[in-house]
Amino acid sequence: MADTTTVKEKAEQKIRMLDIYVTGKRYKVPEGLTIQTALEYCGYNIIRSCGCRAGFCGACGTIYNFTHDPTIRYGLACQTRVEQNMVITQIPFFPAAQPLYNLEDLKPEEGENKLLTLYPDIITCFGCNNCTKTCPQDLEVMEFISDAIRGDIEKVYQKSFDCLMCGLCAARCPQGLQPYNIALAARRLRGAHLTTRPQHNVDRTKEIEKGELDSEIEKLKKADEAELRRRYATREIEPAL
Amino acid sequence: MPYPAYMEESIHKVEATRPRRLEETFSRIPEAEREGLVNEFHPDYKKEYLRELKIGPNKGSPAPDEIADLLEGNSRINPDEVNLDDVDYDVDVLVIGCGGAGGAAALLAEENGARVLLVTKLRLGDANTIGAQAGTQAADRPNDSPILHYLDVMGGGHFTNDPDLVETLVKDAPDAIGWLESLGVNWDKEPDGSYHELSGGGTCRRRMHSCRDYTGLEEMRVIRDEIRQRHMHGRTLDFVEFQPAIELILDDKGQVAGAMLMNLETGEMTIVRAKAVVIATGGMGRIHIQGFPTTNHYGATADGLVLAYRVGCPLIHIDTMQYHPTGAAFPVQILGLLITEKVRTLSAQVINRDGDQFVHPLEARDTEASAIIRECKQRGKGITTPTGEVGVWLDSPMIDIIRGEGTIVRELPAMVRQFARFDIDITKEPMLVYPTLHYQNGGIMIKADASTPVPGLFAAGECEGGVHGRNRLIGNSTLDLFVFGRRAGKSAAKWAREVKLGKLTLDHVRKWQHEIKEAGLESRLVSPMLLPNYARHEKPVPGFHPLGEATAYTPFGDATSRWI
Repeated sequence: MADTTTVKEKAEQKIRMLDIYVTGKRYKVPEGLTIQTALEYCGYNIIRSCGCRAGFCGACGTIYNFTHDPTIRYGLACQTRVEQNMVITQIPFFPAAQPLYNLEDLKPEEGENKLLTLYPDIITCFGCNNCTKTCPQDLEVMEFISDAIRGDIEKVYQKSFDCLMCGLCAARCPQGLQPYNIALAARRLRGAHLTTRPQHNVDRTKEIEKGELDSEIEKLKKADEAELRRRYATREIEPAL
Repeated sequence: MPYPAYMEESIHKVEATRPRRLEETFSRIPEAEREGLVNEFHPDYKKEYLRELKIGPNKGSPAPDEIADLLEGNSRINPDEVNLDDVDYDVDVLVIGCGGAGGAAALLAEENGARVLLVTKLRLGDANTIGAQAGTQAADRPNDSPILHYLDVMGGGHFTNDPDLVETLVKDAPDAIGWLESLGVNWDKEPDGSYHELSGGGTCRRRMHSCRDYTGLEEMRVIRDEIRQRHMHGRTLDFVEFQPAIELILDDKGQVAGAMLMNLETGEMTIVRAKAVVIATGGMGRIHIQGFPTTNHYGATADGLVLAYRVGCPLIHIDTMQYHPTGAAFPVQILGLLITEKVRTLSAQVINRDGDQFVHPLEARDTEASAIIRECKQRGKGITTPTGEVGVWLDSPMIDIIRGEGTIVRELPAMVRQFARFDIDITKEPMLVYPTLHYQNGGIMIKADASTPVPGLFAAGECEGGVHGRNRLIGNSTLDLFVFGRRAGKSAAKWAREVKLGKLTLDHVRKWQHEIKEAGLESRLVSPMLLPNYARHEKPVPGFHPLGEATAYTPFGDATSRWI
């Protein structure tokens, strides 16, 4: 009997199919998908737990382990590949209650630790390091919480800057702290109060407000396309830094 | 997933030419040749993917098929079943969408005395803003000037931009940067406290303000926090998540008077009466024009264009999209992912399979993208991946060679992390790239105060058009958000103080459905689209389409070809 297997079927035979468990329910998916695309492959229309699909927005925080390995792992669904016997559940939202603040009130007095005023509970951190182990960005979360306790805003800024605010750290903190919000307050405080808007920016803004550039822009706006093209083609290009 | 052996062979050629390329400056494409290149290779110029709109304010002008399908779509509501007297929210200003532009508009409208409702389809801040990496332009260095910025914007846009909008963009820019800093955005700075600014494609000065390569994330998380804090303080700023607008409401004088919302999770309808509406719904990458992968977030489905079009608002430059020159072409899990232009501004070169440069790394985006497409499709000098994608090398290790070890890790932490997740170390090996659908150059027609031709309707951010002409430059999109977002908020608040609303009506929807019928378009999709439907259903139960029909594009590819 002739081999009637089509090219497509032959190709399909080569794909390794994996078993995954979506909130406990088993599906078969081809190897190579991310958790996010695997869910879609299984037929889920995602509404929550999906944002930029590129590892920048923190919408798709996911907890998983394996049928044979109970250790809980953490990742972003859009950035984590599915593996055989993965058991998956998503944490699209975590109820962390932020304290009220006005940015103006965050301005620290000499020697004052505003973060401690705003988040007095941070001193209850006992260093279990679950937050760090949870972070899908591999940030040193527990370290920046210690920096926050000491009032070292610069270090909190440096170490927390790549935080996507997925909230997984807060979900795992036994003391109910919310490291991602604490770090955000520290960074806003730094940006608004510990650094200054540079003079070159202030000067240019004033120059524009006073209308000092208006007549020249008006000329450009009235110039015909040939003249604009000429000026564009002959403009001097500053070398890259 | 490290590179397979045959790709490594090409990488060896790239490594071998590095000493030579250190000395080499590839010349920029002369203006005359540039237009020819773009005409021949840019996806915008493929006429077979454009069609003439049959109804609405842009009737007779061309639009890409995918956008035309949505613009000519059926309404999600039946006006006869809606009781407009049963109003759920009664506010001064309704802002639809919460990326950078919507967020800025909501803050400014509130500051200007309005009672504001901000509604968003996903979470606050789920928008293209958050994925913007490279930076925000503003001509604020002493050797720079808004005049030069103006020239760059016009040249980049092929002189098709609206001069009033460009003037506004470049003049508001330095203050927008300062405003963000006052809210707590941490711009990268030099040791002397001045802004650390980089060049970008098509810019004649260094004027890109950045926050590592997480610029949009930093901008967005600060704005989102400010919105939440103001709301918690009981100020007149409320927000609702997972509740997109599906139709605008007019009054009997033809003024915009609110919107119908849909709770995405429960299907419940909400009626908002508002004296002014700001559309800030962003772009359309998730409709996958010409089947291109995209850098855009999940909700980028052109909803705002549909809403505005149905109340008679014209669109401008809607036939032109931006294909970012460097989307990831390998590994397949991150196909189409944005590789920030900052990689090239930091001096990575673009290299073909033989290890040679074929284009200056900092051409304007349409030019750079066209040159990459030409190298792959016409000259056959691209590298084909095991799954059939084609691309060229972006030689990132050159950055550390030129600027010193550690530069890549310091300046591009997001990129390093993205590729490390797939076992590629971009400090040691190049990235394979190909153009990816990135940005909607055109959109809703606005004036400098962000008002549209429809009274009471304002628009800001990626959903509006005219600012960038037919091609946007790096760092001008995030700038656009804060320049026109702030203006829209202020203008909408002012309009709301003065306007007298008449009786609410959905007659325009009845009229629309009638026009669709007349034009024989009834069988078209329902729009706005809201979310792409990527769910794979082999044997669905009839009638089970929570989000409508599946989109043709699938993010997991064709399992029979892509996953072997």
